Amino acid sequence: MSILVIAEHDNSAVNAATLNTVAAAKAIGGDVTLLVAGLDCASAAEAAAKVEGVAKVLVADDAAYQYQLAEAMGDLVAELGKDYGHILAPATTTGKDFLPRAAALLDVNMISEIISVVSADTFTRPIYAGNAIATVQTSDSIKVATVRATGFDPVSAEGGSASVETVSAISDKGISAFVGEELAKSDRPELTAASIVISGGRGMQNGENFEMLYKLADKLGAAVGASRAAVDAGFVPNDMQVGQTGKIVAPDLYVAVGISGAIQHLAGMKDSKVIVAINKDEEAPIFQVADYGLVADLFEAIPELESKV
Amino acid sequence: MLTSLLKIHLIDGESMKILVAVKRVIDYNVKVRVKADNTDVDLANVKMAMNPFCEIAVEEAVRLKEKGVATEIVVVSIGPKVAQEQIRTSLALGADRGILVETEEKLESLTVAKILKAIVDKEQPQLVILGKQSIDNDNNQTGQMLGALTGMAQGTFASEVVVEGDKVNVTREIDSGLRTVGLTLPAIVTSDLRLNEPRYASLPNIMKAKRKPLEVVTTSDLGVEVKSTQTLVKVTPPAERSAGIKVASVDELVEKLKNEAKVL
Ligand SMILES: Cc1cc2nc3c(=O)[nH]c(=O)nc-3n(C[C@H](O)[C@H](O)[C@H](O)COP(=O)(O)OP(=O)(O)OC[C@H]3O[C@@H](n4cnc5c(N)ncnc54)[C@H](O)[C@@H]3O)c2cc1C
Ligand SMILES: Nc1ncnc2c1ncn2[C@@H]1O[C@H](COP(=O)(O)O)[C@@H](O)[C@H]1O
Repeated sequence: MSILVIAEHDNSAVNAATLNTVAAAKAIGGDVTLLVAGLDCASAAEAAAKVEGVAKVLVADDAAYQYQLAEAMGDLVAELGKDYGHILAPATTTGKDFLPRAAALLDVNMISEIISVVSADTFTRPIYAGNAIATVQTSDSIKVATVRATGFDPVSAEGGSASVETVSAISDKGISAFVGEELAKSDRPELTAASIVISGGRGMQNGENFEMLYKLADKLGAAVGASRAAVDAGFVPNDMQVGQTGKIVAPDLYVAVGISGAIQHLAGMKDSKVIVAINKDEEAPIFQVADYGLVADLFEAIPELESKV
Repeated sequence: MLTSLLKIHLIDGESMKILVAVKRVIDYNVKVRVKADNTDVDLANVKMAMNPFCEIAVEEAVRLKEKGVATEIVVVSIGPKVAQEQIRTSLALGADRGILVETEEKLESLTVAKILKAIVDKEQPQLVILGKQSIDNDNNQTGQMLGALTGMAQGTFASEVVVEGDKVNVTREIDSGLRTVGLTLPAIVTSDLRLNEPRYASLPNIMKAKRKPLEVVTTSDLGVEVKSTQTLVKVTPPAERSAGIKVASVDELVEKLKNEAKVL
């Protein structure tokens, strides 16, 4: 059976999470088709054709897919997906938005955020904020799942030579429209792709104090994340939230600064290779998962750390 | 006051009904444990509560009613008899009436969405608000599936909801920031954490909620067939991380990260 993977892209290149999702498809086994739906997305389709292990690329180049809105994407994926054994998408806010919609149109269930493939119909996924790992077997004729990037090493973006086929758009129902966007601007690496992540919590006290973390991050080539409390308090924007209901990261080094270590936060970072916690409360639960804990006032420790790395 | 009058006018003087779906789940403060036989997690004697995202969904509906945008709030929960507690809580927060679809079975998202579709057909709400995610199964699917089944547009992971005439603008929390979409009503919204801060129910409102109507129906009353396509093969604890060491100084931390962990 063949597998349809929905590529995530910016119309010129496919993003990293797509490469992890193709890796999950390879673990299932079977021919992999990548769908690139967008507007003026020929270069993304070209890039998709080079992805390791991809046999075919389908391109739906139409105004209906410019913003990958769930209504249009759901219709398209359900229509094209009928002929496949599996449909996979990255577990990003885009994939999570349209894939359940496509699954319901196909009258099948979906499995969210798989982290491993046991067999073609059996997958593992975290539940209860990562406090348990479920092994789930599905009897659905078409197996639909989102893929958590940290569960699969990415395939190479190069080396493939897939054929490219154009597919036509499905007429848009016109019930939803893009209105506007406020995108985070940052020269730092993307949170989910960085090898070092430094996150700040409520202990940072305000947004200005995050400058300390940005300075340290720039010295280390790191990304900066945050706890929910720091986002809720308005210190930093929502795209920086790490956790059960935010982003999932697993860098080589994760530094938690002024973060207590609630289970919802741990759910987003406890698969990091090395965890450092800097907290003035020696009883803070974050120390139970930290490889290196420093009990200190962050306002002294962070500038010192910055001067010494 | 003027703006609320205006809003009622904009929806053509029609009444606007909001349907909110609330789920009974484990309390978010509880750290759940896996059963020794690895069949599931252990929920015996564990504190249960309304899913936090559903509380946010109820709060948003109540605020829309307070603004004069909505005229009636119906809350639905699918679950065991005790899920009436979460419906009563919603009624105490300001919802007008409740529906319990009583079932002892653990339902998959597609079935939940089909049940909600049956309720939507009956109630004809202009807006359906759900949580973005249940904190037990962490699925994040039901609202989107309901969108597919009803043909309604969806605004998922909402941090702002503005109803204007026959449209709703939903600002969504996305990986790269915020995005606003304009949807034609009736539509579906799923709540994210920043949509609002839910209020606490006051004692008088808790008392009042006891007298608000709560209808109990079954899946067969609604004509929905409950079928399952997923088997929970096993549930295991995650790889445990053990606590490492405490370092005494920033110097020691830097030394360890360079020479022991080799990550700097
Ligand atoms: C449905 C739901 C979903 C959630 N999703 C998420 C999620 O995705 N991500 C997430 O992070 N949370 C999430 N949460 C919230 C979570 O439960 C915690 O409330 C949150 O993680 C706490 O953030 P914090 O550690 O920054 O704040 P706090 O718990 O207040 O901790 C602040 C820490 O800073 C330390 N500190 C203070 N001052 C200093 C100083 N000068 N120097 C050093 N240390 C200092 C304190 O000792 C304390 O340990 C969710 C909650 C719910 C209910
Ligand atoms: N059993 C249920 N009863 C009522 N609403 C539910 C139920 N299950 C899911 N929902 C709704 O769907 C949202 C998302 O749930 P899920 O797709 O399970 O993560 C929840 O926040 C609820 O609003």
